[in-house]
Amino acid sequence: MREDKSDYFPKSKTGVDGLDEITGGGFPKGRPTLICGSAGCGKTLMGLQFLVKGITEYDEPGVFMSFEETAKDLTQNVRSLGYDLDKLVKTNKLKIDHIQIEKNEIEETGEYDLEGLFIRLNYAIDAIGAKRVVLDTIESLFGGLDNATILRSELRRLFQWLKNKGVTAIITGERGESSLTRQGLEEYVSDCVILLDFRVIDQIATRRLRIVKYRGSTHGTNEYPFLIDEAGISVLPITSLKLEHKTSSDVLSYGHEGLNKLFGKGGFFRGTSTLITGTAGTLKTTLAAYFALSSCQRKEPTLFFSFEESPDQLIRNMSSIGVDLNPFIKSKLLFIHASRPSLQGLELHLLVLHKLIKELKPKTVIVDPISSLVTVGTSSEVRAMLVRLMDMLKSNKINALFTSLTHQKSNEYGDLTVDAVSSLADTWIQVSNDEKNDVRKRILSIVKSRGMGHSNQAWKFIIQDKGIKLTRSKEKA
Amino acid sequence: MAKQIWELRLYIAGQTPKSVLALKNITKYCREHLEGRYTIEIVDLLANPRLAEGDQIFAIPTLVRKFPEPLRKIIGDLSNEEKVLVGLNIKPAGLKKV
Repeated sequence: MREDKSDYFPKSKTGVDGLDEITGGGFPKGRPTLICGSAGCGKTLMGLQFLVKGITEYDEPGVFMSFEETAKDLTQNVRSLGYDLDKLVKTNKLKIDHIQIEKNEIEETGEYDLEGLFIRLNYAIDAIGAKRVVLDTIESLFGGLDNATILRSELRRLFQWLKNKGVTAIITGERGESSLTRQGLEEYVSDCVILLDFRVIDQIATRRLRIVKYRGSTHGTNEYPFLIDEAGISVLPITSLKLEHKTSSDVLSYGHEGLNKLFGKGGFFRGTSTLITGTAGTLKTTLAAYFALSSCQRKEPTLFFSFEESPDQLIRNMSSIGVDLNPFIKSKLLFIHASRPSLQGLELHLLVLHKLIKELKPKTVIVDPISSLVTVGTSSEVRAMLVRLMDMLKSNKINALFTSLTHQKSNEYGDLTVDAVSSLADTWIQVSNDEKNDVRKRILSIVKSRGMGHSNQAWKFIIQDKGIKLTRSKEKA
Repeated sequence: MAKQIWELRLYIAGQTPKSVLALKNITKYCREHLEGRYTIEIVDLLANPRLAEGDQIFAIPTLVRKFPEPLRKIIGDLSNEEKVLVGLNIKPAGLKKV
């Protein structure tokens, strides 16, 4: 048996987006990892993804030993993810062995061992030169056989055997009431334990992942939300922001001349993000519509996420001030996606965002308002999601505009998204209502604008039938 | 009634004490209760690992009753005679004429 006592700790890439970053490079290579969680939390899928990606991306053949689903069921279940298990089996990259335990046709008498299982596993591994193994869910043995003492000692032997064999293994286990797994598998598999969780908070389902332990390696200790979509599982690590984006020096228009003039270069750099914060009724959505309009006029596909208004309502309201978005809806340059923030969990929002961005390949994305999402998740989740979203937009060189509702008196909700986004946004425009002498004045100012000079004045702006007009605040209008 | 042949198959993995004991036990029971109407095939999975999948073998030793149907499996060294006979659905010879 090989033991790595050096500082170098070999790891095996998980094939799960974001999980490698949390685990500092992957699962422990040549050792078993336990993935536990309640029914329907994604254990089997994570195991399959580990194998399939192992084959397609790292050229490591894999064996899937299933104690629950048949090869046919498994193949069908993951077909929607674009995984063609049949093909991988035919090309001798993958082997699926279904261990069927029919309790009613089995009788036990006297001493036995699980050598048959070892032989099958060994045969499968050697047949294709497997480097990866998944056992899903080995605890089913306890349901089919009575002699738990034999099973326990055999499982201990099995995990040691896997180590000696030098394969990177995933063992899945059903979550127990007082322990991580029903049969206490965590006692045997002690190198790396990952807990998957599926819970419903305020009627919204969220999936989370936590690394319970990872011997000999540093790892993220938080709970990380993860999502299952048509590309499989991806984890949303908070630390995924790598500042490696390519930058552009193209300057684009905000769609409003008056606003453009407040910036040294007369607009914003392509691929940067803009945050507009303000209290209720400060024309944030209107500014967003200008932004959308100018993008459409550049003939660039534009994606508008509206969490407050329906598409029709948005178009009607904007046309009343002379911003006509209708032709672009018809020419399919503009797509408005409207949904209630509370309709689905954060991860699903992010999923929809991802999906639409992938499909429509927009050059401009608007989220109005991003603060609505705060109602869905906890602060750290929202922050993680926003960071991830902005990261994705930036790496795709998409112009982004976020609006965020703040409250007159600062309170935790209002400032949360601002806190989360403002440090990431390249440009920050603040709008506020000022009520004096029975007159309500809207004030706009530029808080920051990376890479260019900008006005430091507070600008008064009014809304008319023809749109927004900006005037110097000091002048009496 | 036509003479029924019992087709049994014993899966082992090398000559381990458990496997040897299982073979000894089943041979003894068959001689006592199924004399002249049984066959025992021994499959050593160390020599033929691919055969394990067909009969869904995971424990060793495993005795499989291939015929008469339905398929039955008894795992272990078969030391408990009564359990084996009940498991295989073999009626003890002594009761046959009652």
